[in-house]
Amino acid sequence: MKIVLDHLTKKFPSRSRKERSEVTAVGDFCFEIPDGKLVGLLGPSGCGKSTTLNLICGLLKPTEGKIFFGQDDVTNLPPENRGVGLVFQNYALYPHLTVQKNIQFPLENLKGAAKLSKEEMQEKVYAAAKLVQIEGLMDRKPSELSGGQQQRVAIARALVKMPKVLLLDEPLSNLDARLRLQTREEIRRIQKETKITTIFVTHDQDEAMSISDLIVVMKDGYVQQIGKPQEVYDNPVNLFVAKFLGTPPINVFDGNVKDGMLYIGDDAVLKVGSVPNQEVHVGIRPEGFILREDGPLHCNLSRLEVMGRDVSVVSGHPCCQSDTIRSIISAENNVDTDSDTVRFALKPGKVFLFHKETEERIHFEVE
Amino acid sequence: MEKQNFKGWLYLIPAVLFLGVFMIYPLVDVFVYSFEEGYNSASQTYLGVGGYNYSYVLHDPYFLQAVKNTFILVIITVPVSTILALLISVGLSSIKPLRDLFQTVYFLPYVTNTLAVGLVFMILFKKTAYSDGMVNLLINLFGGSSVDFIDGPYWAKMFVLCFYTVWVVMPFKILILTSALASVNQVYYNAAKVDGTGSFRIFRKITIPMISPMIFYLIITGFIGAFKAYSDAVALFGTNLNAAEMNTIVGYVYDMLYGNSGGYPSYASSAAIILFAIVLTITCINLLVSRKHVHYT
Repeated sequence: MKIVLDHLTKKFPSRSRKERSEVTAVGDFCFEIPDGKLVGLLGPSGCGKSTTLNLICGLLKPTEGKIFFGQDDVTNLPPENRGVGLVFQNYALYPHLTVQKNIQFPLENLKGAAKLSKEEMQEKVYAAAKLVQIEGLMDRKPSELSGGQQQRVAIARALVKMPKVLLLDEPLSNLDARLRLQTREEIRRIQKETKITTIFVTHDQDEAMSISDLIVVMKDGYVQQIGKPQEVYDNPVNLFVAKFLGTPPINVFDGNVKDGMLYIGDDAVLKVGSVPNQEVHVGIRPEGFILREDGPLHCNLSRLEVMGRDVSVVSGHPCCQSDTIRSIISAENNVDTDSDTVRFALKPGKVFLFHKETEERIHFEVE
Repeated sequence: MEKQNFKGWLYLIPAVLFLGVFMIYPLVDVFVYSFEEGYNSASQTYLGVGGYNYSYVLHDPYFLQAVKNTFILVIITVPVSTILALLISVGLSSIKPLRDLFQTVYFLPYVTNTLAVGLVFMILFKKTAYSDGMVNLLINLFGGSSVDFIDGPYWAKMFVLCFYTVWVVMPFKILILTSALASVNQVYYNAAKVDGTGSFRIFRKITIPMISPMIFYLIITGFIGAFKAYSDAVALFGTNLNAAEMNTIVGYVYDMLYGNSGGYPSYASSAAIILFAIVLTITCINLLVSRKHVHYT
């Protein structure tokens, strides 16, 4: 099922009595989610991603704009008539019901022609349980399950009605690191198997990048960028997106463009073609550094962190906006740890320029 | 380890002493009295030991009347007050404007003086030389004939007693239930809504189980409280409850203790022990039933 969000806006009245202003939780969200894709809504806390999810599932009514599922306008439909499955951040499993009863709960709500016999229900419950591999836990209560198992039950409950759209609100945030990796693969597998259009909300860019077909980066209620994870990573539209994606994060320097040459401090580091003279933010991905003895960028070496496959060089530079620069280079390079300075050349494709005030991307031609 | 144990007991001594003197000893004493025939508290003498006291009490028509009254009171008021309180609490939880006002109004009976309440019920139900009471005025308005609720037929008096009891016990139940309802996480309701659950089914399948420990608490204390009813009947019908056919078991015990010429402590003790046995049985049944239907999380 294709989902179209058309100028979707949600405003909440302000809490304070003095100010009559409204808080815009989601502003002018336009997006078309193709059928059968897994989309990650990504952003820091409070950026409106959960509100967007609640708008799509119908728990909230938009202030403006419309939502279409396929050709149908569902903007004013109550949640139960939209055919969505929702997995809550804390799972919201009914604590007094067994796993079996929890998964069966949505089926028991069906009325009229859709009403199922007991056998049909059990069959569907079993199928959903099998999909998330919890067939052996049917008689347990939620309190007797681990976090990961509860998560699976919650997904099974959302899937049992075969919804047209599956929505996941921070599905992995309550799991430990190892389980998180495992479960996100699981979500991907289930989504591939069922081919249900899935939207999931997360503040963890790793999570979003690793399993999504498309990611939507949001900030303060507004969409910053939409695209395939790799595209967004390689081609951020502004400083916020560049900073938000990638671990270790991008290194940001205060730079200066003079006569087609980019300066960081006094080092002339890169030719940037026809960019007019101005002060800029320079973002350099950790993998954008090349260790070279005659490299133009001089940094103060603080330490090395060996990670086996590659080495992370931690250094500093007076023009860097954070205290440390983190660059990742192949372990085959030999870094002289006795030296105080380390010199880098830069990969042009991994260097982004951003306007000093607007923080919008400034494109330049790579020679 | 030994020392710590000793300390623990030391801290318990005040409570244990207090309970022992004022609770355990009297309880045992009542049990003993109930088997001593013709015990006289002034001379501390009795005639013999045996089950005669129980036999007398169980054959006393006043006691049987009191048991009947008490059971009717319990069976009517406990479910009615609990269900009404539940409905009112759900109503209170689902409205936004004026909620505080309504909450206060519903809680007022709890803080109102018993005598003041009795007076209000007089105005409502009492037949005087000048007026038949407010309720009778209403009945007359709809074409019925006046009923004497205070000195009239048995069912009318029982109705007033039940009405009064329900009215008095409800505020506390509403208070407990509204706070229980407020503690149910909204996310369960959202989950149910997304799954297309009707509001009645949400109430039956989610709300009720979620607050079941509180409902159970109210039912148990409701049963015990109703079995111990006495002052309500006095407030409405005066002290001569036997004559009014409105006595309760506790009322019977009281009458036996302080009745004519020094009273009959033996009979009173037997009646008290019988009441204890009844309450114990009912509470055990409640506990058994609750195992299946109460969900602690």
